Amino acid sequence: MSKITMVQALNRAIDEAMAEDEGVILLGEDVAAKQGGGVFKISSGLTEKYGESRIRATPISEQAIVGACVGAALAGFRPIAEIMLMNFVAVCMDQIVNHAAKLRFMSGGQTNVSLVIRTTTGVGVGFGGQHSDMLEAWFAHVPGLKIVTPSNAADAQGLMRAAIACNDPVIFIENIMCYGLQSEDPGPNHFVPLGTAATVVEGRDCSIITYGRTVADAVAVAAELSEQGLSVEVIDLRTIAPFDEAAVLASVRKTGRAVILHEAVKAFGTGAEISARVNEKLFGQLKAPIQRIGGAFSAVPMASCLEQAWIPTKAEIASAVKTAIGWKG
Amino acid sequence: MTIDRETLLDIYTRTMKIARFDEKMRGLIISGKLATLYYTVRGQELVSAAMMAAVNKDDYLVTTYRGQHDQIAKGIPIPLLIAEIAGKATGTCKGKGGSMHITHPATGIMVTTGVVGSGLPIANGLALTSQNRGDRKITIVSFGDGATNIGAFHESMNMAQVYKLPVVFFCQNNRYGEHTAFADHTDVDNIANRAKAYNMKAIHVDGNDVSAMYDAATQAVEHARSGKGPVLLEAMCYRMMGHFFGADFSYMPPEHVEEMQREDPLPKLRKVMLEHQFSESDLDAIVSGIDDDIDAAIQFALDSPFPDADELSLDVFEEKIAEGMYGA
Repeated sequence: MSKITMVQALNRAIDEAMAEDEGVILLGEDVAAKQGGGVFKISSGLTEKYGESRIRATPISEQAIVGACVGAALAGFRPIAEIMLMNFVAVCMDQIVNHAAKLRFMSGGQTNVSLVIRTTTGVGVGFGGQHSDMLEAWFAHVPGLKIVTPSNAADAQGLMRAAIACNDPVIFIENIMCYGLQSEDPGPNHFVPLGTAATVVEGRDCSIITYGRTVADAVAVAAELSEQGLSVEVIDLRTIAPFDEAAVLASVRKTGRAVILHEAVKAFGTGAEISARVNEKLFGQLKAPIQRIGGAFSAVPMASCLEQAWIPTKAEIASAVKTAIGWKG
Repeated sequence: MTIDRETLLDIYTRTMKIARFDEKMRGLIISGKLATLYYTVRGQELVSAAMMAAVNKDDYLVTTYRGQHDQIAKGIPIPLLIAEIAGKATGTCKGKGGSMHITHPATGIMVTTGVVGSGLPIANGLALTSQNRGDRKITIVSFGDGATNIGAFHESMNMAQVYKLPVVFFCQNNRYGEHTAFADHTDVDNIANRAKAYNMKAIHVDGNDVSAMYDAATQAVEHARSGKGPVLLEAMCYRMMGHFFGADFSYMPPEHVEEMQREDPLPKLRKVMLEHQFSESDLDAIVSGIDDDIDAAIQFALDSPFPDADELSLDVFEEKIAEGMYGA
């Protein structure tokens, strides 16, 4: 089997969708061939195939980018907006939150916004406080948005196809640290349905529920702890909202213990909602308090040593799992 | 330009539908029959009527919370509009939008936004689909003078001109942004001049002069439809009441109030109609027919049921929110 990187997988998914439907267009800063096919090369080669009317390099105008995609979606297109870095969503939140998310509801279902907002972020490359945040909790709080983040190349391809096919707005978060990850090539026309988690590692003693970049850390910790005789299950949510509650509950019902892990700031993060829902549904069946692990409560720092101190480490994850398993009440 | 009688009659009919609707809405609120937030369009009837008389039914419209004149001029069925404002299940949006969020795609009304300036970026996207499809539709986006100081205005004007999108940016300069007078929020003589900064075609017109307004609208529409790119059309008018109906507007200086009463588009238009050999009785008959229709529309709205609570789980996503999810 040949391998494919996440960059290649995303490019292929967009390419396939564009070949099928002329309404699939991509708007974003520097995305066309003239500008090099995007700063991370996700749209490399697409302008040559589909032209500048469908691969539109934009001015640096995030409100105009997202707003134009909202309008295009209202008229029946399936636009993809590229917001180069996730922190830049802060300058176009009005279009995302007040318009993309709400127009289906406020119109009584007369219109819908089939829009994918692709955005990149991630801690670990020294970009500092304004280019690194995972902001999924902001969007998860807004009714009408779906949020997706792949942990590997094959899922990136399948989730992107599903996101483009979705008739509602999808925030598609790509972690810069995952772009080079390789998967077995899933082949053409690979779809991963939205809202479905994957059990990446099966285990009996404790469930780690996570998504995105930290899935790889959880898998590594599960392997390390298995050598110590602990059986850890790893659930990759893949879709953060709406998350696969059935899969999470089934896993925690089996293990009786849960560690929720994300790269985003721990306080008020999505882990709090997942934890609350597990508590509501499984109170009395839990053998230990749910453990949460996330980023520190500060801006993401630049200095490498601080950055490493900011993000959840494998040692912290292992320690949380051991705390849960060793809980005596 | 001299305006032909047929067009004049069309504009008059649209204007009076707006005017009678607006007066009756205010009456409903004052009488206590309807408790709702309503942004009166008194003073802006003609600019909108003349603009919409120049576009096609399937052209797209994006407007704002003060948008009932645009929606009526574009042809929205008035019973569905009033039912929506009353929060009824029979409204255009099943009572889930209200006066600030009217949508009616069958008449091209794609978005009504309650956020100042947010319609402009969306208009570009609608127009972009027309450009890619070659369907020759244009998009009209309405906004006030106040909206021209928000970043979305600048971003949208620039992008529309870079892409040569078929958009008419229709600024209804009613001389107030909420409670702040034009001269206090903007240090330029007029909004149309701002188009120069984007290399965009601009038209500045007295919106209460029916011939001039219709001529300007026609020019703007032809320019956008020809593929030459967007236009900024600034129509000068007056907001003859407060920000929303019932709001204080004693901050308007007396000389401004005097000026706007002198320039009131309704008596001015009636005078033009009479000059064009329409008789008083012809005009009265038109208004009387409109009154009957609006009275029936109001009755329909008042008699209609409110939406079911089940609506909360519908239209959030394409699929219904399943029981147990999101606290539903």
